Amino acid sequence: MRYLPLNDADRRSMLDTIGVSQIDELFSDVPADALNTAFSLPDHQGEMQVDRMLGAMAAKNRAAGAGPSFVGCGAYKHHIPATVDHIIQRSEFLTAYTPYQPEIAQGTLQYLFEFQTQVAALSGMEVANASMYDGSTGCAEAALMARRITKRKKAVLSGGLHPHYAAVTRTNLELHNDDVVLAPADVDASEDIIAMIDDETSCVIVQTPDVFGNIRDLTPIAEAAHEKGALLVAVVTEVMSLGALKSPGEMGADIFVGEGQSIGNALGFGGPYVGLFATRQKYVRQMPGRLCGETTDAEGKRGFVLTLSTREQHIRRDKATSNICTNSGLCTLAFTIHMTLLGEAGLRKIAALNHEAACKTADALKAIDGVDLVNKSFFNEITVRLPKNANDIVDKLAENGILAGVPGERLWPGEKSLENLLILAATECVSDADIEALASGLREVV
Amino acid sequence: MTMNTQGRPTRADSAETSQAATFTGNKALQIEEALSFEIGDIGGCGVDLPEPGMKENRLGGLARDTDIGLPGLSEPETMRHFVRLSQKNYAIDMGPFPLGSCTMKHNPRLNEKIARLPGFADLHPLAPRATVQGALELIDTLAFWLKELTGMPAVAMSPKAGAHGELCGMMAIKAAIEARGEQDKRTRVLAPESAHGTNPATAVQCGFTVDEIPADKTGRVDLAALKEKLGDDVAGIMVTNPNTCGLFERDIRAIADAVHEAGGYFYCDGANFNAIAGKVKPGDLGVDAMHINLHKTFSTPHGGGGPGSGPTVLSEALAPFAPIPFVVHEDGEYHLVETRRAAKSEGESVESFGRLTAFHGQMGMFTRALSYMMSHGKDGIAQAAEDAVLNANYVQTRLRSEMSSAFDGHCMHETLFDDRFLKGTGVETIDFAKAMIDEGYHPMTMYFPLVVHGAMLIEPTESESKRELDLFCDALLSLAKRAKAGEAAAFKAAPIHAPRRRLDETAAARKPVLRWTPAEPAQAAE
Repeated sequence: MRYLPLNDADRRSMLDTIGVSQIDELFSDVPADALNTAFSLPDHQGEMQVDRMLGAMAAKNRAAGAGPSFVGCGAYKHHIPATVDHIIQRSEFLTAYTPYQPEIAQGTLQYLFEFQTQVAALSGMEVANASMYDGSTGCAEAALMARRITKRKKAVLSGGLHPHYAAVTRTNLELHNDDVVLAPADVDASEDIIAMIDDETSCVIVQTPDVFGNIRDLTPIAEAAHEKGALLVAVVTEVMSLGALKSPGEMGADIFVGEGQSIGNALGFGGPYVGLFATRQKYVRQMPGRLCGETTDAEGKRGFVLTLSTREQHIRRDKATSNICTNSGLCTLAFTIHMTLLGEAGLRKIAALNHEAACKTADALKAIDGVDLVNKSFFNEITVRLPKNANDIVDKLAENGILAGVPGERLWPGEKSLENLLILAATECVSDADIEALASGLREVV
Repeated sequence: MTMNTQGRPTRADSAETSQAATFTGNKALQIEEALSFEIGDIGGCGVDLPEPGMKENRLGGLARDTDIGLPGLSEPETMRHFVRLSQKNYAIDMGPFPLGSCTMKHNPRLNEKIARLPGFADLHPLAPRATVQGALELIDTLAFWLKELTGMPAVAMSPKAGAHGELCGMMAIKAAIEARGEQDKRTRVLAPESAHGTNPATAVQCGFTVDEIPADKTGRVDLAALKEKLGDDVAGIMVTNPNTCGLFERDIRAIADAVHEAGGYFYCDGANFNAIAGKVKPGDLGVDAMHINLHKTFSTPHGGGGPGSGPTVLSEALAPFAPIPFVVHEDGEYHLVETRRAAKSEGESVESFGRLTAFHGQMGMFTRALSYMMSHGKDGIAQAAEDAVLNANYVQTRLRSEMSSAFDGHCMHETLFDDRFLKGTGVETIDFAKAMIDEGYHPMTMYFPLVVHGAMLIEPTESESKRELDLFCDALLSLAKRAKAGEAAAFKAAPIHAPRRRLDETAAARKPVLRWTPAEPAQAAE
């Protein structure tokens, strides 16, 4: 077996050193009838055979880059510079552990410090952690953090919040018998979320751009929440938008939660992604997850360490702010590299290109008879209302090699009023020809 | 020396250095590297993009009108920045990484290749079902392997890491208890004092309280003490097996039976499954739920702290409560079930406890883990477990001549030492660990588990050759002899050859600096 360095002579001599005659003597604590049971699985195989079998599975899927793709809703197709993937495959990054021994993990710690600085700057918040699993779990953690800070047990969720984020948050809060008030799906950003905030509310969770693509002004919501002693959790699933839009921090958010996949990370069928999590300095000790901080070494040189770990499970156990341990290490590196390549200038430009592609897509689609654009504002994602069930249309277009977007039924199963909705994302990867192909494909089927 | 709650030192007692300073601060291949924020400026960019042509926007009056404060670097500057940083890291590809309970084994590069095939890497989680059949097939195939290896009937694939898998398992237990109408009664969870910190943290995150079970003299769960703590207020027990002392819980079936008799469920922390994979099915031992760390047992890279993946196998009793989404294979097609639809269990209608994450789990880890499993096959997986156990016992046997084993007898995949062998030397576990760094090794897990004083938990894994283990043991034995010979000062100063000397963790926590900020502008020159 190519991955195992010991040979039979090694094994024999090591057993002799240990003083046992055969390997199973080392497994003698296992109940005898449970040891060496049968498995209905194949034996080992060479690299070529495995490559072929798994390659065949991969070949059955249609990659987003294989043709026009407008699928978004929490995961976005962007161009990732080749440098990113090269660097994250360096052994010293790929095969390192959590930086528990800082003297020999300064590489990891420094990029985490840079990552935290980038996320804080992007979100307009004061302090960011070293990542969560993804945006949706970060959203649930933000709600849990808000209940720790406010000592209240009611969360208000906007109808513009990605329904999967809402579901994850609800699943977590229900464990504590909290009250989770979920506003109905709010297609055109017309809900009166402020009216739903009361003196019992721990947090109000609002996404912008929302799941339908509408851009929301958080400022009045933040003011209303603060008046009632509640926190505003701002969710951003398309982090590229922060290159074009006012940041949550500028609009008064108390906790920022983002999905960082768009920067540096592949679509990957849903994971691994990288949850961005930032807040105000005054709440730092209530944050979940790892934090990297600056310090000096015994010679006075600057260095970095994991810090404030008395919030964390490996020290505080049942008093920890969260049970999170492993986070999204290598995905934060990918984010940090891509962000470093883009810089502020590149981020603003790529955000403008995304917005431009979405504007062109919106114009092309609303010119089709029977297709209505829902949004008054948007960044790179729009919602259109079709004359019939969008699910069927998406399937039909997929047969023609066009991935048209996310049909309402996919995210709100059983919601008749939303089944004609189609949500489309247009990024810098979308060409004019792609938009034309989508428009003509759609024209044929509606 | 002051100690913080981790038992880690806060400051080296001696800053003496044996090396001459250089003008640059560099040491040959070790090159000092500034933060990207100190290198680039906000006009810099390492990506060429077309000029946007639009003049107007439709951003609803919320366009950004302030600077972000992000510098950009050209591609060569970026490359050099991160390569220099990488050279300040220790990694499994450089040498043994014997962190107990962390399972730092070789990461085959075929797995990286497979994960990057466009059909997996460039696939949208919400793409139409007909266009993702191969991805669903892969998830279903991996689920089959996991169920078969554990002897369990169901597996929830979406947990994003080990602790997330624990959450999944405990949520399923909570849902099962609710379905029995006992949610107000059964609120207590038992966990051994040797448990990973994630266990009590998870139980509390699920709304339970935690009660600790002491270890017996052999380092295992004290069965009599456990039985005393059982009652009709107990929701379940969380036990790691093999445990964090590197020992198999001999009474595992008696533990499971006792918990079941008391009406509770048995959560098994599967962090150490690598010791028995391919040899033992946890389903044969009475387990109700167990997470599997794909990034440990099945070798998906740790990546400096993640991403991980924690699929959670479930018993018949808990399977109906599994989270959405999940894959089903029907009529030759793969379907993704994304809604909470009710299922029947013993005549009662029960349903999924809900959703753990936005999408379907860590696909990038699934591809790598399945590639690893298919490469090993059932014979290779068993051989890997045997070699891991053999290597740990070999190290244990060799080190016992100078170091103090926490417990007698053989171990499983990891071996636990305490600090008795350092008594009176002035050297503590932390110093011993830091001295290992100078010898070119990543230290073992230290001060965990909490059941012995000054714990040193060594897990060599099956990836180490006998030659590498001998060098490692020789180095540790020599360190132990040096400590006993009165060389404490050298240990206190260690490491001296690493990119950094010991770092001041107390100062970092007292006045946290968690992001870079520009230096105060200097007074304008005359």
